[in-house]
Amino acid sequence: MGLLDRLAPRRSDPGSQAGPTPAPEDPVFATKALRKFLTSLVSRELPLLLDLGPVVGANVTFFGEHLGCKIFVEDIFSDVDRHVREGKLDELPAFLGRRFSQSDGIFDGVLCWDLFDYLDRPAAQALANQLTRLLRPDGALLGFFGNTQSHDMRYTKFIIVDEVNLRYRRYPAARGRQVILLNRDIIRLFPMLRVTDSFLLQNNTREILFRKLA
Amino acid sequence: MWKRDEAVRPASGQPGAPQTAAPSTAGSSGLRHEASQGMEKDIVNIGKSIVIKGELNGSEDLTIEGQVEGTIQLRDHVLTIGPNGRIKAQVFAKSVVVLGEVTGNVTTTDKVDIRDNGSVDGDIVSPRVAIAEGAHFRGSVDMQRKGAPAQQAQPATKPAQAQTVPPQAAVPQAAQRVGA
Repeated sequence: MGLLDRLAPRRSDPGSQAGPTPAPEDPVFATKALRKFLTSLVSRELPLLLDLGPVVGANVTFFGEHLGCKIFVEDIFSDVDRHVREGKLDELPAFLGRRFSQSDGIFDGVLCWDLFDYLDRPAAQALANQLTRLLRPDGALLGFFGNTQSHDMRYTKFIIVDEVNLRYRRYPAARGRQVILLNRDIIRLFPMLRVTDSFLLQNNTREILFRKLA
Repeated sequence: MWKRDEAVRPASGQPGAPQTAAPSTAGSSGLRHEASQGMEKDIVNIGKSIVIKGELNGSEDLTIEGQVEGTIQLRDHVLTIGPNGRIKAQVFAKSVVVLGEVTGNVTTTDKVDIRDNGSVDGDIVSPRVAIAEGAHFRGSVDMQRKGAPAQQAQPATKPAQAQTVPPQAAVPQAAQRVGA
């Protein structure tokens, strides 16, 4: 048992009954950008948040208690899985282009997690265009991007432990990570956003926080 | 052991039992009333074979194992959607526990609890929300902070249409900051 495994149970969130039962094999990693993302939202009254990952009860509780926000959960990972299973990956860009029915500029914050690592370029661009449309001016978008090539066929649930720690819980995926996006590729995905913070973590995850130009 | 099913009683003959505006019951069992020994609290159970279409109002806790379409109002009581329950309705209750499937918006004054294998497709408004690891949820969660004014439902959606933002030139400052 590694040192991280020994520490993980002690770093669980005892106050969250809604969250999944902490498993000792789920590693906990630091996050630098989450606090900044929260800071950008806390000044807003009743902010609207879009979460593109699978629903995580602990995260819903966390954001509800810390921000009093309304959170929309749209699990794009399950959409990707469905397209892979049906052999319709070529239709994914068009699907993502019409996936969101919400009005323009409605969200104060968007949580992408590491979704873009699993998309081909056309699908990534279609999704990025939609997220840019949905984000209000000066709104914040948080994305994680892998820095090393991996053929691991698993997604990651990012479970918020606190403002500076995330528990990584892996679960089966229908496809692995695609080509690593360089920083310039990421910036080109979001031409109407600017990067306000970028962190390279020790676990080779890049956390990038964007703000939409006012 | 601690609970004993009493004789099946029709809804109309049970004071305080949920009232159905237009029930179309598929089966003769109707609503089941369970009295717990040593407890004054009644638990009403809508069985697996029951289908109700319309408005369901009540002033006691209710467990649904059948199908309900329409509106459910248990303002001061707990609604439990059992593992076999299939709900297509707007739900208003004090608390809602979901083990089955709910399609529709859920509003509570206390808590929504989506258990393992429970499914909710709709918007939740509740001060407390618990979603288990194996639960399915699609929609929004509005957990208003204590003291916050009640927020009117916003017209957050518009007719689905493909709309893309034309790509524009990258922001030079942004390019410089990445990787810093």
